[in-house]
Amino acid sequence: MIDLEFNQVSKKYVVRADETSPDTAVNPFMRQLQRLRTRSQEFWAVRDVSFQVRRGEAVGIIGHNGAGKSTILKLLSNITAPTKGEIAINGRLSALIEVGSGFHPELTGRENVFLSGSILGMRRREIASKIDSIVEFAGVRQFIDTPVKRYSSGMYVRLGFAIAAHLDPDILLLDEVLAVGDASFQAKCIQRIQELEAAGTTIVFISHDLNAVERLCQRVILMDKGQVAAEGMPRDIIKQYQLANGWTGVPENKPGFGSVRLWEDRETAPGDDITRLRSARVRGTDGSTAAEIDISTSVGIEISYDVLEDGHVLIPNFHFKNLAGVHLFAVQDVGSEWRRRPRPAGTYTSTAWIPGNFLSEGRITVDLAISAHSPLTRVHAFKPEAVIFDVVDHYDGNGARGDYIGEFPGVVRPMVDWTTHVHQTGELRTPSSNFGLHVAQSA
Amino acid sequence: MTVQAITTEPMAGSQEGKHPGRSRPSSVLRPPEFSPFAVFGHLGALWSYRDLLFTLTAHRIKVRYKQSALGMAWAVLQPLALMLIYTVIFSMIGRMPSDGAPYAVFAYTALLPWTTFATAVGNATNGLVGHAGLITKVYFPREILPLSYIIAALADFAIAAVVLVGLLVYYRISLTMHVLWSVPIVITMMVFALAISLFLSALQVKFRDVGMGLPLLLQLWMFATPVIYPLSAVMESTKAPDTLKFLYNLNPTVGIVENFRRVVLQGSAPDYASLGLAAGVSLFLLPLAYAFFKRTEATMADYI
Repeated sequence: MIDLEFNQVSKKYVVRADETSPDTAVNPFMRQLQRLRTRSQEFWAVRDVSFQVRRGEAVGIIGHNGAGKSTILKLLSNITAPTKGEIAINGRLSALIEVGSGFHPELTGRENVFLSGSILGMRRREIASKIDSIVEFAGVRQFIDTPVKRYSSGMYVRLGFAIAAHLDPDILLLDEVLAVGDASFQAKCIQRIQELEAAGTTIVFISHDLNAVERLCQRVILMDKGQVAAEGMPRDIIKQYQLANGWTGVPENKPGFGSVRLWEDRETAPGDDITRLRSARVRGTDGSTAAEIDISTSVGIEISYDVLEDGHVLIPNFHFKNLAGVHLFAVQDVGSEWRRRPRPAGTYTSTAWIPGNFLSEGRITVDLAISAHSPLTRVHAFKPEAVIFDVVDHYDGNGARGDYIGEFPGVVRPMVDWTTHVHQTGELRTPSSNFGLHVAQSA
Repeated sequence: MTVQAITTEPMAGSQEGKHPGRSRPSSVLRPPEFSPFAVFGHLGALWSYRDLLFTLTAHRIKVRYKQSALGMAWAVLQPLALMLIYTVIFSMIGRMPSDGAPYAVFAYTALLPWTTFATAVGNATNGLVGHAGLITKVYFPREILPLSYIIAALADFAIAAVVLVGLLVYYRISLTMHVLWSVPIVITMMVFALAISLFLSALQVKFRDVGMGLPLLLQLWMFATPVIYPLSAVMESTKAPDTLKFLYNLNPTVGIVENFRRVVLQGSAPDYASLGLAAGVSLFLLPLAYAFFKRTEATMADYI
């Protein structure tokens, strides 16, 4: 059963040449004349693209900015029509997008739910039956009869998204949804998507969040310059895409990719005139490069970098994110050695050690940065998603998991100290024993 | 702490889908083409979005009067102010013929449908550009945007009509059965306003000049319509050539406004020829404007 079919679809945009080249005429009247003369240029955002999506399948579409991802999204959701070709859609299709832009500030949250819900194609009766659940999902129960102009931006976005999350389509379009709201709201959204997926909804996920694509999708289409460059299993396609984009190096203890990165060309390496990155890697305690880390052992993130100018105080800082794109935590070098000490020019290596029994299972990506904090914060080098590694739990009882074998919740999994006191052993005599004393006092 | 196990087993390759009983609409998206015969298909799609039209129209009316101190009085103020201005002007400098009725009520009876028409066309034409954020984000039949403004203008009409009733009572003008003709006359006016708005709003997506020029157009249009002067003054004029009179009469708002005044103020039957012409022109233009609108809609999001 085919739910979606792109049949040799092309989409042409006409770009006026003057939008890309600067105006040379100073006189506004001459500029108008020049604009009339400039020829428009054609630009094929999507060219001769064909693919199919089967019922119940989750397909990811990845690629660079400008590769045609968002044009495909617009074509699928009928926001714009193709220039050539045909798109067959078999089923009720909805896009899971934040529609807060359709909100009217003077109207209350409740009124806006009806307005936005109708815009997304829900019937009034359907909205009325779902409004409690929508409000609950967005976490704005207290403010639902307040005009949305009094909402915080977070509430605004959550409510807008909650409405879309309550659509019940046959085919669901997802577009960078995992970037909405705080961590707990994101978790709710992912859970909702998984519910829909489990219920057999066909999903098309258009994103540059490769981790999320790998987790959600069974098949991935790689777009490049408006055409399908590759199609296949998520892991293979994502690997192909990453390798084509400067992921280099193979870790020593496991064939794979992503735990080492080298910037051989000094001109294009991340950084500025003050400092530039040379390489980055994920390492184990024994010094070897590692793509996979046992949950109970510590892991080092090591960067080496050039300081090109004397006299700057530089603070390396790393940002850890999980599969869902949740920013787990950030670390920076606050050790005394180079904290307030201007550095002489030279090559440095810095390693941050993340303790064992702290990270949760799963894939972790690390953004690397080197900043200065004084007098004002300035980022000298920044490389998002520079290295990745997998945290694995071997269920050996050494980790925080203990003897539990189910899905362990939470974005981190610290092992903490516990204390337990025995007040009394044997059978309890009465419910009002001194066991309840503390509660009674504090109440 | 209770450990919550999230049990979601992805059913890859489920053939049934989750709504085995629900019908799955099929559609094919193709490059746009101009075809007046596709109108019926568009109407079907519009019908399935009727709840949105209802919600948006109610929303227009609500928002219009929320957070404005005068609220509903604004609907009355425009025709009333214009009436006062013209009444004062024409009582001071030369008399304007008014087919025997007091000038104030003569002018107001025409200003009521005219301002409704002008408000409807003005708001509806800007309806698309004002919702660019939505149009680039989510699909719904775009004609709902101008349409909701047209219908909402009827609320203004109803409020301003209360003042007309007051004037009729004050001047002791009694209504006849012919006043019922005002219903088809107003419907004709809204159909015509819709045709114009569909055309202009679609045009404005590419050419913002439409929005700039619209206030001027509406102003000129009012003077080309027997609002502040009677139609008889034009027809009996010896200076105006016959061809000009003929062209003048082709304007649907002439038949609409003049006949509205006839059935309400003079209590006589409408002039069937001019009303028929207005209705004919409106019904001819509407499908054309709609087909043009739908043709533009296909790539609207690329330009807006």
